[in-house]
Amino acid sequence: MRALEPWVEQPLASFLSESEARLTLLMTGAGQVVAQHGFTRAFDVMSAAALGAGIVSSTEEMARVMGARPFRALTHQGRGLGLFLSAFETSAGRWIGLVVFDRDTSLGLVQLFFDRMVQELVEGAPQTEARQQVLAQDFEQELQSSLRALFGR
Amino acid sequence: MTVDYGLPLETLTRLRGVRGAMVVSAEDGIVVADALMEDVSGEAVAALAASLAQRMGQAVTATGYAVPTFLHLQTSAGALLIVPTGEDLLLIVFGSPDINVGLTRVEMLNVSEQLH
Repeated sequence: MRALEPWVEQPLASFLSESEARLTLLMTGAGQVVAQHGFTRAFDVMSAAALGAGIVSSTEEMARVMGARPFRALTHQGRGLGLFLSAFETSAGRWIGLVVFDRDTSLGLVQLFFDRMVQELVEGAPQTEARQQVLAQDFEQELQSSLRALFGR
Repeated sequence: MTVDYGLPLETLTRLRGVRGAMVVSAEDGIVVADALMEDVSGEAVAALAASLAQRMGQAVTATGYAVPTFLHLQTSAGALLIVPTGEDLLLIVFGSPDINVGLTRVEMLNVSEQLH
């Protein structure tokens, strides 16, 4: 498990221990990665973050078109693997959690402990301004810096 | 066919000591229907009880016995009772220490038959 923000580590570690999730990604609403567990290649993290943020944006827009409130969470379940995606608000801004789980655990457990992690993150988030969005000219540098921190390279 | 879970669950909650009854998806641990006291988190009980039932089932079948038909977890603060129902459902009841386990078990098995 790797996290860019130290205060994220304990809630994420508890979630991983309790839920037995295989892969977990925490990112900002714009797809900037904040923490990851289980990924071995930077390319996979980049892809998952971009796709996860895109899915959340798409479903939120779909909810808006339907005149509904934004969906709280989105789940895909396959025969062997499931995917859980949920956005939440912290004082550090809007974040998204992406969790991949297998048959060692269940959707119910992932949801239960994800909600607990969110509560701990909300309570533990430093009361500062939301993380600034990365501008296009800084994107490459910011991305490389985040990936180096997340993969210890 | 639509199955009405409400009345069978309410029948269970009328028994002495019962604080909640639920039908839960066995694989997902997600609540299908419930009848609970107000201060009980059904989602948490469902997720944890389904996980417990799955692990217990694995442990029992590993010993060479058949899949359990009734699980009873007794603690100093209360009891948790689980009956696997149909292909992929669990009937879950929990209550205070004075719950009448024998009567509740009989009623749970009756309700399980109705839900098949």
